[in-house]
Amino acid sequence: MSEESIISLKNVNKWFGDFHVLQDVNLEVKKKERIVVCGPSGSGKSTMIRCINRLEEHQEGSIVVDGIELTGNLKNIDNVRKEVGMVFQQFNLFPHLSVKENITLAPIWVKKMPKAEAEELAMRQLEIVKIPEQANKYPGQLSGGQQQRVAIARSLAMNPNIMLFDEPTSALDPEMIKEVLDVMVDLANGGMTMIVVTHEMGFAKTVADRMVFMDEGKIVEEASPDKFFNNPESDRTKLFLSQILHQ
Amino acid sequence: MNEMNEVRKPPVATTGIIGWLRINLFFNWTNSLITLFVIYCLYQFIPWILDWTIFSADFKYNYLGEQITNQEMCSRNLDPENGGACWAVIYVRFYQFIYGFYPKVEVWRVNVAYVMLALALLPLLYAKLPYRKYFLYFTYIFPVIAYFLLNGGLGFTEVSTNKWGGLLVTLVLGCTGIALAFPIGIMLALGRRSKLPVISMMCTLFIEFIRGVPLITLLFFGMVMLPLFLPEGIDMDGLVRVLVAVTLFQSAYMAEVIRGGLQAIPPGQYEAAKSLGMSYWRMNLLIILPQAIRISIPPIVNTSIGLFKDTTLVIIVGILDLLGIGRGTLADTNWLGLSYEIYFFVSLVFFIFTFGMSRYSLYLEKKLKTGINMGAD
Repeated sequence: MSEESIISLKNVNKWFGDFHVLQDVNLEVKKKERIVVCGPSGSGKSTMIRCINRLEEHQEGSIVVDGIELTGNLKNIDNVRKEVGMVFQQFNLFPHLSVKENITLAPIWVKKMPKAEAEELAMRQLEIVKIPEQANKYPGQLSGGQQQRVAIARSLAMNPNIMLFDEPTSALDPEMIKEVLDVMVDLANGGMTMIVVTHEMGFAKTVADRMVFMDEGKIVEEASPDKFFNNPESDRTKLFLSQILHQ
Repeated sequence: MNEMNEVRKPPVATTGIIGWLRINLFFNWTNSLITLFVIYCLYQFIPWILDWTIFSADFKYNYLGEQITNQEMCSRNLDPENGGACWAVIYVRFYQFIYGFYPKVEVWRVNVAYVMLALALLPLLYAKLPYRKYFLYFTYIFPVIAYFLLNGGLGFTEVSTNKWGGLLVTLVLGCTGIALAFPIGIMLALGRRSKLPVISMMCTLFIEFIRGVPLITLLFFGMVMLPLFLPEGIDMDGLVRVLVAVTLFQSAYMAEVIRGGLQAIPPGQYEAAKSLGMSYWRMNLLIILPQAIRISIPPIVNTSIGLFKDTTLVIIVGILDLLGIGRGTLADTNWLGLSYEIYFFVSLVFFIFTFGMSRYSLYLEKKLKTGINMGAD
């Protein structure tokens, strides 16, 4: 089982001060699998995926990504981060750089790619997220949806094996959510391994191979979307679903 | 249709000169009264100051047509009714004001250094300068050239720094202090925010200690105590000792200013940089510092102007900068009593430099503003 897992979390525990934010979290993700994580706010879902590229440090248990165990070893952390792309709720584009520079920066400085090649790559990525015409603008001149698509292109330019999405549409105006979700659906259909924290249940139904429901730092339920939405096991999941589907 | 498209003018003139006057100077009764009062004051003051500084002033000759060689020959001392400022003192002592006691045969070296300084600043001042890259290379090596040029060595006769003075010392202290303090300040600011407790504690201690001590104390410290820390036989030049003190002082302030800028950067910027696999140094050099420094331009220029003026304090350890030469001149019996002229001149020179810095900072702010929109927006 764990042979073919590309991400493996075993008994992961983490505390913020006295607050036990992750409690014995176990999760196996296979290559090309699409996982959607949902749960109420404060349930630890963001913290869990931030542990996978070590933006947060777990305190107990083990996290293995693509055969590399995440420990204090800086070299391992760098290697994992090269494998894992991340998209944030707040986009986090670099405001002092143009869209094109945002995308070429890491390939040029981290992967030592020649500038011309990196720029070509950036344009290809911008085509994929459907905004090549914005290449020379600055992030502040783009709409939220466009910024988030640039952020996706920026991650993809590092050619990651795994993409983590931390509530990618939560900061967007409703009419912009679709343009971002469309790009993510394309990405999923292209065979990317993805872990997506989101409340977009429509998106989850279309692309997820597996749903993970978290509450109070624990994984409460793990199931196929079909079973998760139609026939959830735990009462907590039922309550959550009834709240978000009937709003 | 036509009526719909007709451009409606604002009810009262708010555009053009009349509009500007109306909004800014005569908006209401109080505003108008203040404007009239200020105009009256300017009317009283401006003719008087112009008369004193220019029309009735002596530049080289007094009103009798004699060349002025001491204060007794100034028109205003010969006939108090007749004279304005006696700029002859600046004319006669000009060499000292600009070069100090630098030997006259070697003074071309200082002139070359002044011209080179202007050339070195050029690419920093104008981003659109043609061949800017090559000018920048020159800017980087300029300090080395200036050192040999001014101090001697490499075939130049040595000119001991105790012969330096006036504007030369002011510029050497100001430029070196500002230029060195900037990178040191950045390192200290990063160090203070470091997660490694030893580094963070050392930087904090350094900053707090230097910042908690008056610059004069540091200057005395540099003069008196620094030699005690050096191995025996090594003698440190007086000006270098002062430079060390000034640089340390300035870097502590610079560090705090830049730390302020660093704190304004949202944590998401760090996370994005890390998630792209950037190392600590790349993240700081490419993502964090460019933004943090941009935010801190006004306070960076503020402390730099502060330092430029504070260099006048070196007078207390016996180094004669521009102000020092001025005070020396005042103590000369030939020029006793000309303090207005001398302080006016020294102030004017300082003002030209600091005003230049202030304009430069505004230009930078405008230039770098393009497309910047901090935070999540």
